[in-house]
Formats: sequence, C-alpha cells, structure tokens
Amino acid sequence: MTTDLMNLAESAGGSVLSRRSFLVASSAIGGGLLLAATIPAWARATQGPGISDTEHQLTIYARIAPSGAVTILAPNPELGQGIKTSLPMVFAEELGVAWKDVVIEMADYLGGPMGRQGAGGSMSTPTNWMPLRKAGAAGRQMLIEAAAATWKVNAADCSAEDSVVTHAPTGRTLGYGALAERAARLPVPDLEKVTLKDESKFKIIGTSVLDPDKTRIVVGAQPFGIDVKVPGMLYAVFQKGPVFDARVKSANIDEIKALPGVSHVLVLEGSPRVLEGPTRGPADDGLHHGVAIVADSWWRAQRARQKLVVDWDEGAHASDSTAGFNARAAQLAKEKPERDLRVDGDPDGAIEHAAKVVSAAYSYAFISHATLEPMNCTASFKDGKVEIWAPTQNPAPGRDGVVKALGIPPENVLIHMIRAGGGFGRRLMNDYMIEAAVISKEIGAPVKVLWSREDDIQHDFYRPGGFHNLTAAVDEHGKLIAWRNHFVGFARTKYFSSSAVPALDCFPAGFVPNYALRTSRISFNMPVGPLRAPGDNVHAFVFQSFLDEVAHAAGVDTIDFNLALLKSPLPGEGQGKVGGNAFAPGFLANRMIAVIERVREMSGWSNRARLPKGTGMGFGWYWSHLGYVAQVHQVRVDADGVITPERFWVAADVGKHIINPTNAVNQMQGGVLDAVSAALGQQITLDKGRVVQSNFQDYRLLRNRKIPQIDVVFVPSDFPPTGIGEPPYPSSIPAFCNAIFAASGQRVRKLPLSGEKLTI
Amino acid sequence: MSYKVQVNGTEHTVEVEGDTPLLWVLRDTLNMTGTKFGCGVAQCGACTVHVDGKPTRSCQLPVQYAGNLNIRTIEGIGATPIGKMVQEAWLKLDVPQCGYCQAGQIMAATALLERNPKPTEADIDNAMSGNLCRCATYIRIRAAIGYVASQLEG
Repeated sequence: MTTDLMNLAESAGGSVLSRRSFLVASSAIGGGLLLAATIPAWARATQGPGISDTEHQLTIYARIAPSGAVTILAPNPELGQGIKTSLPMVFAEELGVAWKDVVIEMADYLGGPMGRQGAGGSMSTPTNWMPLRKAGAAGRQMLIEAAAATWKVNAADCSAEDSVVTHAPTGRTLGYGALAERAARLPVPDLEKVTLKDESKFKIIGTSVLDPDKTRIVVGAQPFGIDVKVPGMLYAVFQKGPVFDARVKSANIDEIKALPGVSHVLVLEGSPRVLEGPTRGPADDGLHHGVAIVADSWWRAQRARQKLVVDWDEGAHASDSTAGFNARAAQLAKEKPERDLRVDGDPDGAIEHAAKVVSAAYSYAFISHATLEPMNCTASFKDGKVEIWAPTQNPAPGRDGVVKALGIPPENVLIHMIRAGGGFGRRLMNDYMIEAAVISKEIGAPVKVLWSREDDIQHDFYRPGGFHNLTAAVDEHGKLIAWRNHFVGFARTKYFSSSAVPALDCFPAGFVPNYALRTSRISFNMPVGPLRAPGDNVHAFVFQSFLDEVAHAAGVDTIDFNLALLKSPLPGEGQGKVGGNAFAPGFLANRMIAVIERVREMSGWSNRARLPKGTGMGFGWYWSHLGYVAQVHQVRVDADGVITPERFWVAADVGKHIINPTNAVNQMQGGVLDAVSAALGQQITLDKGRVVQSNFQDYRLLRNRKIPQIDVVFVPSDFPPTGIGEPPYPSSIPAFCNAIFAASGQRVRKLPLSGEKLTI
Repeated sequence: MSYKVQVNGTEHTVEVEGDTPLLWVLRDTLNMTGTKFGCGVAQCGACTVHVDGKPTRSCQLPVQYAGNLNIRTIEGIGATPIGKMVQEAWLKLDVPQCGYCQAGQIMAATALLERNPKPTEADIDNAMSGNLCRCATYIRIRAAIGYVASQLEG
C-alpha cells in the first residue's frame, strides 16, 4: 500500500499526539481534502494484553478526492469480525457520504499516531463509536461551510446527504468532490462542539454492508498473511521443542543443509520466558528455542524437517501430564484452599444450616485456538530496518518484541497488517512475527515463516483448564442463599495464569448474600492466553450449569430461578457499577432480565413439557464484554448418547444500534456454534510434557453436519453499541449442556462432552 | 525434475520434486494462492480443488501424478456456470467471516451441485462435512447451497 493517506498518518503522528481533540485538514496530493482527526479516549478502557494507556486514543484518516471518492483508512486489523467495514460505516454516516463512494484501505501499524490498532476484547466498537462520529461530523461541517462560501449563503441553510451539499432555499447542489479543495483551506472545527446527526436519520448504520474483501475471497484473490510474497523471499519452518521451553543441545545441521533447496539451518537461542505478573497478560513475544530451516520453497523446508534430528534439553517439565494435573487437582480439592479471593457474608454457616444443599465438581480441558490459517509471518530485514507483513490481532507488542529481539529502534520496524484467517485471541500474541524478523536478519534475505498445523496445535497459548468444587444452599422457599467455590487452577507464579481464574464479580457474586471464591494452584509450564471471551468462555459453563442444577434441586423453573436472583441484587450491585469502562456502564441487571424474558418468549420455553421424550430445552445467559446474551437450546439425545441439536434461540442486547446487521447475525451464529464445537470435542492434553494432539484428526472441530437453525434477535437498549465477537460464546455452552440434561437426565460436569460418552 | 500440470485450462511446466503436493505447486510455484493450506493431511478441506470435476484435497496429490488430470481451482471455478452461481450466492448471503476456508467450501459446494442440483440436508452433510470452517459459518454455507439449488432445474 501506500498512499498519501499513510504518509499523512505517519507525518501527523508526533504533532497531534498530545492534543486533546484535534482535526487537521490539508490538500491531498492530486487534489481534494485530507482529514485527520485525533480524539483521545476520555478515560481508561478495559486493558487488553499489550495495550498501553497512551494507545487509548483514536485517529481517523480520510481523503475526499476531486472525483468524489472517499478513502478511509481502517485502523484495526481484520480477522473476520467485520471491523474493517463497520468502523468506516460509522465515520461515513456522520460525514454524510454515500456508501458507494467509500473505499476502505487497511492501515499499516503506526505505533501511536493511530491510537489502539489491536483487535481484542470486543473493544473496537465501543472505543471508536463516538470519536468516529465526531470526526465524520466535523468533516461534514467543513464541506457544508465550503459550499456556503462558494454560494455566499448562510451555512445554516445548507445540508449534506449522499455526498452532496444542498442549499435548501434555492435548491442548488454541489458534490463533495467539487467541494473538497475549498474545504481543505477552511479553518477546522472544534471536535468537541460539532453537531452530530439525529440518530433516527441514520442511512448507513443499521444497513447490511458487504465487506469488499469478500468479493475477492470468493474468487481466491484476497491476500491473507500466508499469501504474501516479496522479491527474493525464502521460506522457513521453525522446529520448536517437544516440551515447552526445551533447548537445543545439538542437531544434524550439516545433513539438513545438504538437502535439496535448503539454504540455511539455524539453531536459535530463545529469549527467557516472561512469567505472568498480577496485571499483565500472557508471557508473550519472545523467541522460542529451536531450529530454523530455510529453503527456496516451503515444501522443501518442510520436507527437510522430516529428516531433522535434534537432541533437546527438555528441562524440568518433561514428565508433566494431564493425568498428573488431574490427580493433583483431586488432591487439592480435599485440602483447605490456599486463599480466599472473595467472601461475602457467612457461606460456611449458611450451608451448614440450609434446608437444601447441592454439591458438584466441574472441570474442563485446555483448548487450542486452531485458527484455520496457521501462524505465519513474512519479514524483510535490510540495513538495520525490518519490514513485516503479519496477520496479527495486536501489532503493538509484536513490534516491541521485534525491537527487543533485533536490537533496533521502534521507528525501524514497519508492520503491514494483513487480513488474518481467524484470530480468536491467538494472534494477540506475536511469536511468529519475532521468528520471521530474527530469521530474516540472520540470513540477510526476506523470509516467510509458516507453521505446520502440528506446530500450530502444539505451540499455542492455550485456554487453560480448571476445576471448580461447588456447593450451594437454598432455603425452604427455593431461594439461593449461599454459593461456595473452591477453584483449583493453573499458575506458574503466585498469580494464576492468563484466563485461568474466574473474575471476583462473576455471577452469582453480588446476588447471593453468602458467597465464597477460594482458590488453590497447580504448577505447570504451558503457555496460556486469551481465547474468545477470555475466562467467560468456560466459567459460564460452570456457573450457569450449576445454577441449573441448583434450580432443579430446589424444584424451581431455571429461568424463574435466575430471574429471581437478578431481581434481588445485594445493595449497589446490578446497577452498572461493576465491570464497566469508559465507554459503557457495567452490569445492569435490568438489561439482562429483558434479554432473558425475550428468549423465554421466542423459544416457547413454557411449552417445553410437550416436547417428545428424549428431547429437551436448556437455558443459559451471560454478560460478557459489555454484551448481554441469553440462549435456549433444544436438543435430542438418543440412548447411545448421540446428540442432535434441533434449534437454538439467541437474544442479545449490544446497545442501541446494530451497525452492520448481516455481519452481526453471522458473528452471533458463528460464536454460538464455536462454543458448541469447543464443548463437544476440543481438548489439549499433555503426556511426558508433550501435547498429545497434533492435527484435526485428534483436535476435533465441529463439522458441517447436524447444524441447527439458530434464531437471533437483538433487543435494543438506550446504550452505545458494543462489540459482538465475544458476547455470544459464553452462554452457549451451558444452554447446550442444560438441554442435554433436560433431554437425557445426564448432567454434564466435564468438558469436552466426548469424555462424558456424548457425541454428535 | 520438470512436470506438466493443467490448471484452469492452461498447461504449465514446473521444476519441482515429483512428490511435491499439488497444493504447493499451485501456491508457491504458480502463484495461485487462492487454494489454502490448513492441515496438510486431508482433514480440513481448505485446499480443495477439482480434479476431473471431483473435489480433491490438493495437499494429498503429488504433482507427478497430476500431469494428465484436468485441474480447476478457485481462480477458475467462476468460468463454470454453477461455480459462478455459487460465488454469487456466497456474496448475496454474505457467507464468509474470516474467509480463509471459503475457497475450499465453494469448490466442494460447486462439485456437489454439479452432480446433484437438488441436494437434501443429508446430501449437504455428506458433501460438506469434510470442509472445516473455524468461524462456523455453516448455517450460511447451507443456505447458500440451498439458494443455488432453488435456481437449478432438478
């Protein structure tokens, strides 16, 4: 790419960084108007891995050409979540441009001037919504003023729509292309004082827009990271150790070097692993230890690897195993917990004297992200600078890692963000980027590093497993009065690893007077990290399934049981104070109640007693990443444990506007099925310190058979729009598992389901 | 060694080892990168091409056996009437999310509809369950197949 837009973005960086709200406008090369608006976020937002405070600002860059074409730089990487289209839609709406005039360009990573350029935590939508609207409105105001000045009329008598300014009293019109040059010479408005559009007049937001990349995808012409080719490029595989952090003692380097097409064989010393602290995410962005094989084609490098023999120093974790972890967890469950993370009231006393007590142990396996495009990256190091083409979700820490590994200043790292074949949190980490940069520097040539599927599954940052030992008590009226959890989870330090431990405010905390979250740790050495709806993606299974279990024991309809809890929070809870951020309030029980009531109605929940034997409905809800989702699943289970999903109903409140409905529905349905896929068959196990699974024959994803109808309804509320990547996932698993119980009487307390003799 | 391959009606001569899978010849030698690598072991379907009209995993076909075969890829499938209809249906129903698997999905769906213009749900299960979609766009894939079928004579 590059264009005067990127040049402007790069040159504007330093000068606008420190300003509170700033718009610059200038003439574009070749004519027209260039706009760059910087609006710092008003306050701290939820922190994601590698996202620093200074990145909580936004800059939008756009150009209006004399032809009327409007080019908008998309700041955030596209992984299939649709952000490359939806953010420009918001800007274009306020600019008053016709969507057909819009061209979207993917920005490079600028390291500051563009603000946060990551994609994670469903945060791109809430953080950018208002800044983009203000920037677009400012551009519209300038174009109107340019028209008014041309006609020598009052700007207040002019309006803009569909890329045209109209003077109402005379009916005169001028197109944006014709006005762009003149607008570029006008003083820029104060972004804090611009007038936003009346939301009832939105013409682009709320309409279904196709990402133009898709017209290339269906003909095989859209480049993904794996498709990048640069002149003189070589291809590399990088063999990492069979045990995490294993080091190379020796390898048959000379033999490999002699194989066809092989140009280099490098033993690379990795960087020491950074262990997790209390606030940081996963240990990230160092180089693994291993052997790189570089050849003139990927297949030749991969073929050569089959002959590679490495003697590894496997370190202290070569006897770790899932069986060992499970035994340790069972032992710890019997012992006194190490720590009390949260205790409200007197849970032990309440349980001792309760009318009814229910206890159960829940557990779940580690899982892998398994994006269909394996990890890869292309890098070209020359004269102390490196140019990188990366399918990444999170270029900021990638650049920091490259800076550290190569010993060059940040301004010498240029990262092009290439469409990624899925992310799901895996590409928040950038280990593949460091590999490509280091290998390119070592060999003095451009190189594409491509992981095999086996590399990908065996060297992920896994969603950690966990063990919950739960006890709940209900009173004689069937009301939940106590909830106690001894959680046993994975940790490498005194802190739990990324995504391992439930949040302190996980429901029903705050809605039950006697509550305890107590913990114990299992030592391990697997890399772990966020996966779609981190934490929530599996804690929802545990808490919503156990609530269902308790409701059944209490003889209360599970939806009534949940609604009763939501309607009687402890003082100060459920009113937006817990878990919110600068862009949206925290958990509001009333929004959740409305969504639950909607899904109850649309699913015909009250008629479920009429379902045939062997068929049942299950319910689950969860608040995740600012989104409110409730689901009812209907499944049939036959005597052999074969599950047939029949129909799912999903209700969601993600704010006032659904920016791009076709994409939103696709994300919701995909998120629900992704979760079911994980529940059914996905697990990573360890034996002798090695990951047992290696490819899709033993790491099993949901396939395209027995796919149910999924009805999605959005329940609008008077709140700004929030993201949609993560919210549908968490409630899906408990709805599915509770349906299995309703259909078969078999309670699912362990994931994946394949371990419970259930299959699809 | 040099081998001949016929791709989308054009004959190419490539200099590679005979056991090189067609997938890598397409991607790295012929620069036809629409066909994707997902697993290398015929488990995901991302590399699906048509060989004499049959959906085939190109990661499993050594180039030395491909010389006399008529190979069609995602870059060429739009030249067939049903291939074009499938591509158009994919856009009309906005099927892709990340899009990485969709070349393989389109090749599998086209092969299905070419031999069976009115597939049942079970037919779709059988024809499409070899193609993984990690984003799980399965509902729209099925709907798009149904949309094309509704336009075809049975």
